[in-house]
Amino acid sequence: MTDMIVSELGQAWNEFAHGFAHLLPRLLEMLIIALVGWVIAYLLKVMLRSLLRLVKFDHLSERAGATQLLSTAALPSPSGLLVQLVFWITWVGILLAGISFLDIGGLQKHIGVFFLYLPRFFVALFVIFLGMLASGFFARAALLGAVNSDLPSPHLLSQAVRVLIIALTISMAFEELGLAQRTIIIAFAIVFGALMLGMAIAFGLGGQDLAREFLERRLSAQRRERKHEGDLSPL
Amino acid sequence: MAEDNILSDDLLRQLISVGEVDILVGLHTHNHAKTIGHMVQVIREGLLKYFPRERVAVLNADGGSVDGTPELVRAASITDLRRENSFYTLRTLHCISSQYGTNVSNGTAMHIIVAAADLLRARACAMIAPESSEIRPDWMDQLLGPVYRDNADFVAPVYRRQRFEGILVTNLLYPMTRALYGKSIREPRPGEFAFSDRLASRLVGHPMWSQDAGRLGPEVCLTLEALAEGHRIVQAFLGPKGQAERPAPDLVAALRQTVGPLFWSMENANGAWSSPAEAPTLLTIGPAFDVGTDGTANIDLARLHHLFCSGTKDLESVLKSIVSADTLSQLQYAASLDQAHFHLSDELWAKAVYEFASAYRRSVISRDHIIQALAPLYRGRAHTFVTENLNAAPDALGERIEALCVTFERFKPYLLELWSAPERGS
Repeated sequence: MTDMIVSELGQAWNEFAHGFAHLLPRLLEMLIIALVGWVIAYLLKVMLRSLLRLVKFDHLSERAGATQLLSTAALPSPSGLLVQLVFWITWVGILLAGISFLDIGGLQKHIGVFFLYLPRFFVALFVIFLGMLASGFFARAALLGAVNSDLPSPHLLSQAVRVLIIALTISMAFEELGLAQRTIIIAFAIVFGALMLGMAIAFGLGGQDLAREFLERRLSAQRRERKHEGDLSPL
Repeated sequence: MAEDNILSDDLLRQLISVGEVDILVGLHTHNHAKTIGHMVQVIREGLLKYFPRERVAVLNADGGSVDGTPELVRAASITDLRRENSFYTLRTLHCISSQYGTNVSNGTAMHIIVAAADLLRARACAMIAPESSEIRPDWMDQLLGPVYRDNADFVAPVYRRQRFEGILVTNLLYPMTRALYGKSIREPRPGEFAFSDRLASRLVGHPMWSQDAGRLGPEVCLTLEALAEGHRIVQAFLGPKGQAERPAPDLVAALRQTVGPLFWSMENANGAWSSPAEAPTLLTIGPAFDVGTDGTANIDLARLHHLFCSGTKDLESVLKSIVSADTLSQLQYAASLDQAHFHLSDELWAKAVYEFASAYRRSVISRDHIIQALAPLYRGRAHTFVTENLNAAPDALGERIEALCVTFERFKPYLLELWSAPERGS
């Protein structure tokens, strides 16, 4: 009995030792890959940081309003965020490539999926960045237009434009990522449609008199404005 | 060559059939049928009277008129003129009209006229605004004479204006241009002006034509180019500035046509204005400043005050990225004052304008947005200017504008400092 136990233990130990001896070089390879990956990711980070500084990416983001948006969410600067993102994605990517060396069943498939997902992730990020640029630009344009035309609630108008563009951007990004695709699109369509319909009904039916009055006031105000600017001809 | 691109085949054919000329008069039109016939006759009368021996052509660059403007230009008969005024010319007086497209653009029209002047080797070319209701035959002599006879390169007009007419010109364009280049060009955005063949050959391939500045405000760009290059400039008094039949452009459009090109030209001049080269003294034919006593009626000062206050408040986030914290707090303080005590000082105005110019150069936000953000400040300034000069005599008004010019000049080192400051993020 004791011999059997010892023999089984010995066999288990041998199998473990054999397995470990088989795994050890791969583990070492993976560690080396992880280390090299970290160095590559770090170098990439440094290079990208210099490139972003060269193209004045933060300046561009500040103009677009992305910096303010990120700082509101207590996030680092856009260039810092992008650099960190690239660093981690590179390192994790290389690390996963290293893990695939371990030859653990089933893991390789997931790693493959991860790599296939990366381009979509970057496209989604790009869409969000462009959306932020567009929302900042058009929100400011709406604000300036409303202020210079003396429209009521210029900030409300500007924020509405911003929210609408950001919502559109997020729905596009989620669609690209394939996350809750239908839900997001349907939610966006419902909200947008409801908003427009609500405004149309409120303005056209609910407030018929108000709408008429408002339009009359606006048009006569425009005429008055033109007259005033004309009387005080800037040129 | 640049003119090959801008001149259509049809126009080139017409120009080739005209051949070289001594004088070219350019008219840029768009649906000006009501006034253009009379204008062409007055121009012809002036040309026959003052330049009877010269080879002369009138070129109309039309932006797709649908009211028959080009036909009226072409049909203007010289025989009517001879019959009425007993003028005789020794040469043919050509009238050419060409449509450059359906999108109206003063910049394109002027580029065509400059390119045609260069191609025809015109020694002098005058540009006449189609709205000039006050045009007289002697304008031809006033504008073209200094270039054709006295070797000037650019003739800018001086108009007799009403007291509060052209506040953007008197409170921004004129003082700032003067501070930049040290020359008292009263009308940096001239409706009518003339230039020499030397200047035309420099202008024809200028980068301004492909920029918004050149498309929207070619007059300002041309004037500032003449100043920046140290050309010989003459001012000629033309009398009252004609009142346009059409409504004047709204404030934002006016800012785009004037302040945008001014800021762009500062950048394009590569600092030529920081220490302007010695240029010939500015000669002015006739009075350098003439102002009427009308122009106080119907100015809604309360509205100007309201638009300044609400604009400063609502655009705080935009202004924060354009002007310094100190300037912004001063503007906010001014906005907190009631109308009776409201005052936007010369110093604050000059400083703010310079900060806008610097922000435009650094493109802190979209350049068009920077120009639009100036509108509330201009309204505040207009309020102060009107309030201060409601009962001022013409001489006192002149002194007041002179004081503003001095303030702009005094603050020029501040502009230079802003201009040479490293960009944020670099």
